[in-house]
Amino acid sequence: MDTMRDRFAPVVSRLLDEDPRVAVVLAAIGTDGFAGAARRHPRRVVDVGIREQLLVGAAAGLALTGLRPVVHTFASFLVERPFEQVKLDLGHQDAGAVLVSAAASFDWPAGGYTHMAPGDVALLDTLDDWTVHVPGHPDEAETLLRHAVAAGDDKVYVRLSVQSNGRALPVDGERFRTVREGRSGVVVAVGPMLDAVLAATEGLDVTVLYATTVRPFDGAALRWATETAGTDVVLVEPYLAGTSTAAANDALADVPHRVLGLGVGRRELRRYGQLEEHVAAHGLDARSLRERIGGFFGAAVRP
Amino acid sequence: MTDATLTHTYTHADLPGLMGLMTGDEKHGPAATSTLDVLWVLYDRVLRVSPESREDPGRDRFLLSKGHGPMAYYAVLAAKGFLPVEWLPGFGSYDSPLGHHPDRTLVPGAEIGSGSLGHGLPIAVGTALGLRAQGLDEPRVWTLVGDAELDEGSNHEAIAFAGPAGLDRLHTVVVDNSSATYARPGGIAARFEAAGWSALTVDGRDHEALYAAFTAPHPGRPHVVVARVEPKSA
Repeated sequence: MDTMRDRFAPVVSRLLDEDPRVAVVLAAIGTDGFAGAARRHPRRVVDVGIREQLLVGAAAGLALTGLRPVVHTFASFLVERPFEQVKLDLGHQDAGAVLVSAAASFDWPAGGYTHMAPGDVALLDTLDDWTVHVPGHPDEAETLLRHAVAAGDDKVYVRLSVQSNGRALPVDGERFRTVREGRSGVVVAVGPMLDAVLAATEGLDVTVLYATTVRPFDGAALRWATETAGTDVVLVEPYLAGTSTAAANDALADVPHRVLGLGVGRRELRRYGQLEEHVAAHGLDARSLRERIGGFFGAAVRP
Repeated sequence: MTDATLTHTYTHADLPGLMGLMTGDEKHGPAATSTLDVLWVLYDRVLRVSPESREDPGRDRFLLSKGHGPMAYYAVLAAKGFLPVEWLPGFGSYDSPLGHHPDRTLVPGAEIGSGSLGHGLPIAVGTALGLRAQGLDEPRVWTLVGDAELDEGSNHEAIAFAGPAGLDRLHTVVVDNSSATYARPGGIAARFEAAGWSALTVDGRDHEALYAAFTAPHPGRPHVVVARVEPKSA
């Protein structure tokens, strides 16, 4: 199967053909995929070289002239290195852009921590008014990329990963989706975590919500799910554990509730190896998840 | 939001009086006066932008990157009718749109909000790219940076890119009041020239010299004018 990132250049190249507002800004990463589009639209495909502050600043300038910039590099270099540009050049200037990252939390474990960004969504959470899409399948990535580019002048982050579920679900760029209904707890699976969550909760009496758009957080869906399944909630996120805990708490602020946030651990692992080894090390494989989810919900969850 | 009641035509001689209406940011005083003549010559004689055309896609853009000490900027915008002179005394107060660093969403005619150093030139690069991508080849993009502000690495990313990219609609004016922590070996203009820019260095208080430098042809290359003024410490 191809990856989400394999879809990125073809999809956005088509959008460049269709919409004269679209521009692509790159910083020496991902340029090969846009070679054809760059020949067709030499002024709307810009590679600024290895300059990530300029990458985001230039995108803001493009937006201020009325274009819709799509900005791409690894998450570490897109969100973390030029964070003040994201905050000021886009946020404070009231300029929009679509930031599309690759490498996610640990897509390239052999590359080490320099190319890992488990904190990207938490970091964006310090800013106002960002839409964050976390697709769980290449088909979903394609849909969400189109939503992101079409979203006027909104500030949108699309987080692409090589982690993927086996099959795609319909996504609308807004709402959580109910994929299983139970009566003894709610599990929210974000993006590529869904397959592991479904395996981990097999036979348990829980509701499983699938979230591919996590900001704004669909508090209404969570709230609705707790009306039949109770207010014990587990969030399973492919990035820093607890990233959405505050959003879940806000959604349930006026009812007694418990929230467990599972995700990538804060401590730097300092290991290379394979993706699956990192998933397991952070307790995000199906077996670990079943233990932790079952332990949190207690005996009531078992049929 | 423009001042429809503007009947008085302000001149350069009025600017100190307009600046005098603003109090409370004396710390930035030298930074404010260092830019006064550069701003006046640009807005009075060079930039093709007015209160009436400030939303026109074909206007020239001026991006004040050095957002510290914006009194001269506000005074010039008021003198040219972008904002009411009556706003000036409120400078920095809760109800005033005029802060000690400008906010583009509050100040009519301000293309960017600035204050944090090193953002204007990269955004100006993007603005030049965006205009070029839309076939708007007439508008010129100007940004004003300080010599110390040039120390920010983000500016060097922009300088290094803009020359080889041939962004000939891009212009930078560096107001040099010798405030950089380490003077740039070889001078400021040399840094730009090495990156393929056209560069001129002039007396930043001499209006004719500034005008000549601002309007000098520079085919195929971005253009920088280094405007030397008295040292900040003087």
